[in-house]
Amino acid sequence: MVFLENFRIALAALRANLMRSILTTLGIIIGVAAVIAVVSIVQGLQYTITQQLQGVGATFMLIQAKTERSFPGMIARQVKLTYEDGRAVEQKVAGVKMLTPAIFGRATLKYKDRKHTPAAIIGVNENWQDVNNHTVEKGRFFSKLDLENRHKVVVIGTKVVDELSLGPDPLGKEIYVNIYPATVIGVMEHKGQSLGLDTDDLAFVPFDSALNLFGRNAGDQVQLRLQADSAEMVEPVKDNITRLLRQRHRLPAAEPDDFQIQTQDEILDTINSILGSITAVVGGVVGIALLVGGIGIMNIMLVSVTERTREIGVRKAVGARRQDVLIQFLIEAVTLSLVGGGIGLLLGYGLGVVTAKLIPNFPPAHVPLWAVVLAFGFSAIVGIFFGIYPAAKASRLDPIDALRYE
Amino acid sequence: MGLIDLKDIHKVYDMGAEKVRALNGVDLTVERGEYVAIMGSSGSGKSTLMNLVGCLDTPSSGSYVLNGVAVQELDDSQLAGIRNKEIGFVFQTFNLLARTDALHNVELPLIYAGLSRADRRDRARKALEKVGLGTRMHHQPNELSGGQRQRVAIARALVNDPSILLADEPTGNLDSATSEEIMALFDELHQAGNTVVLVTHEPDIAEHAWRRVLLKDGKVISDQPTARAGSAATAAAPVS
Repeated sequence: MVFLENFRIALAALRANLMRSILTTLGIIIGVAAVIAVVSIVQGLQYTITQQLQGVGATFMLIQAKTERSFPGMIARQVKLTYEDGRAVEQKVAGVKMLTPAIFGRATLKYKDRKHTPAAIIGVNENWQDVNNHTVEKGRFFSKLDLENRHKVVVIGTKVVDELSLGPDPLGKEIYVNIYPATVIGVMEHKGQSLGLDTDDLAFVPFDSALNLFGRNAGDQVQLRLQADSAEMVEPVKDNITRLLRQRHRLPAAEPDDFQIQTQDEILDTINSILGSITAVVGGVVGIALLVGGIGIMNIMLVSVTERTREIGVRKAVGARRQDVLIQFLIEAVTLSLVGGGIGLLLGYGLGVVTAKLIPNFPPAHVPLWAVVLAFGFSAIVGIFFGIYPAAKASRLDPIDALRYE
Repeated sequence: MGLIDLKDIHKVYDMGAEKVRALNGVDLTVERGEYVAIMGSSGSGKSTLMNLVGCLDTPSSGSYVLNGVAVQELDDSQLAGIRNKEIGFVFQTFNLLARTDALHNVELPLIYAGLSRADRRDRARKALEKVGLGTRMHHQPNELSGGQRQRVAIARALVNDPSILLADEPTGNLDSATSEEIMALFDELHQAGNTVVLVTHEPDIAEHAWRRVLLKDGKVISDQPTARAGSAATAAAPVS
């Protein structure tokens, strides 16, 4: 009850010096706002990415060539990962359900007088749909036959349909991929952004057509995407692929892998660790901001104690004990930093929401409960840590000296 | 044993090189219901005595028993408790909290006494009515005259029903007309049964008390009833 009363006294004292209180809490406000803004954006990203990645399933794996550079700017050795490797994996490794190679490139599409360069043109085989859980909505995807007979076909995303003004029925229309004519046989389902790539702004062509388009060398560094039979098979499949590819690439035992196999979990881990380090760096900056804010609070509390020396004397004369005075000033410091934390929280969330809105295709900001608890917790700790010294100083004042203070 | 019982009180301040003997063997007993003025020139030790009696300070040696409690044995927070329950302070400079209305100022001791908000309100209101400020409860100190401020301070001193009302130059900052009003209030409070001890250097203020204690160089040099006590005693004596 004395505690509640102290809270009221603290609020009254802060209100009495409103401008000073606001300026004092600015450090805390900025610190908390920064951390909440970043956390809300990063959390939004993480949430969306996790959602999308879980869409491809726990059995998804990605194999890429790994170019080691022994000196900056110098490629030690041209490493290769080819569709032939992929076919070997598909045939020789047990537990591989299906596999597609993927080569990424850019080229302009043309339909009548309309031109559009999609985010990527990807050369794949008939398994793409099932490997990536990304399917055709209208028409059909390539079949094995299309690939074997080198049919000039293309499957496009919804954005490409719009950009080329293909109208409501794009199937069967002839477009140009660079200089090569191709028939639109399918339109992919709408999926939106994924890992920084607009999946609606893609065009898929048969793997061999892509080689024509991007040149033979493009076939030396393909991505291999595959699905294992089951989640339990992921680890053994990974080991067997490693063994097979090392053998095919004739790597001596001492040589590190010249390729990299990532499972869905590992991709998630990689992304999370990147986002985690962004959060950590910002956290460090915020730590400094909170430190500076805390010093500001300590400073103003010391001023306040000096200004109110007589008040402290009066309180002691009418029966306030040391701990009563200590708690009064401590609560004042904590209130100051908590109010700063609260304002910072709102400001940071607003900043996160606005930022997320301003960047096109950016996932919405998301503030998790732990960030709110953390913001308030840190504010309270800063208040206590930097408030204890001025409060202790106030509580130790001698009542006679305090009453005589001018 | 009296309400206040001081025996051979010494107070020595260590001012670096020299030691200042502010009190040099003071014996003083004040009974319940007394009205005592402590007088003396500056440096006589009257303020030090006042602080000791008010438990704001402890003696270097000697014994002080207040209302049956040996004060020199108490620690800091117990002393705070004594100040809260046994002593009502009135200061020369009022010492009210700024930007805080009269009611809240008067409530202050009750907060530390641990009373509920409703009880505090109630008692503070009654104390303010007792000092004639029933209509000024929500005025802040800067909206009150000097005399009114001192009345608020007196209400604050009275609100927790202390054993002693201790006033340090209560009229020192007031003009003579207002001083008379405030002293009339003290007289009234004494009539109502309160024990009043006031420190002053003005003889005509001291005349309100019934007993005058004169200090010089840290010692009591005279301790006599005032003329008023005489007249009151005569008035009270049955006429035969």
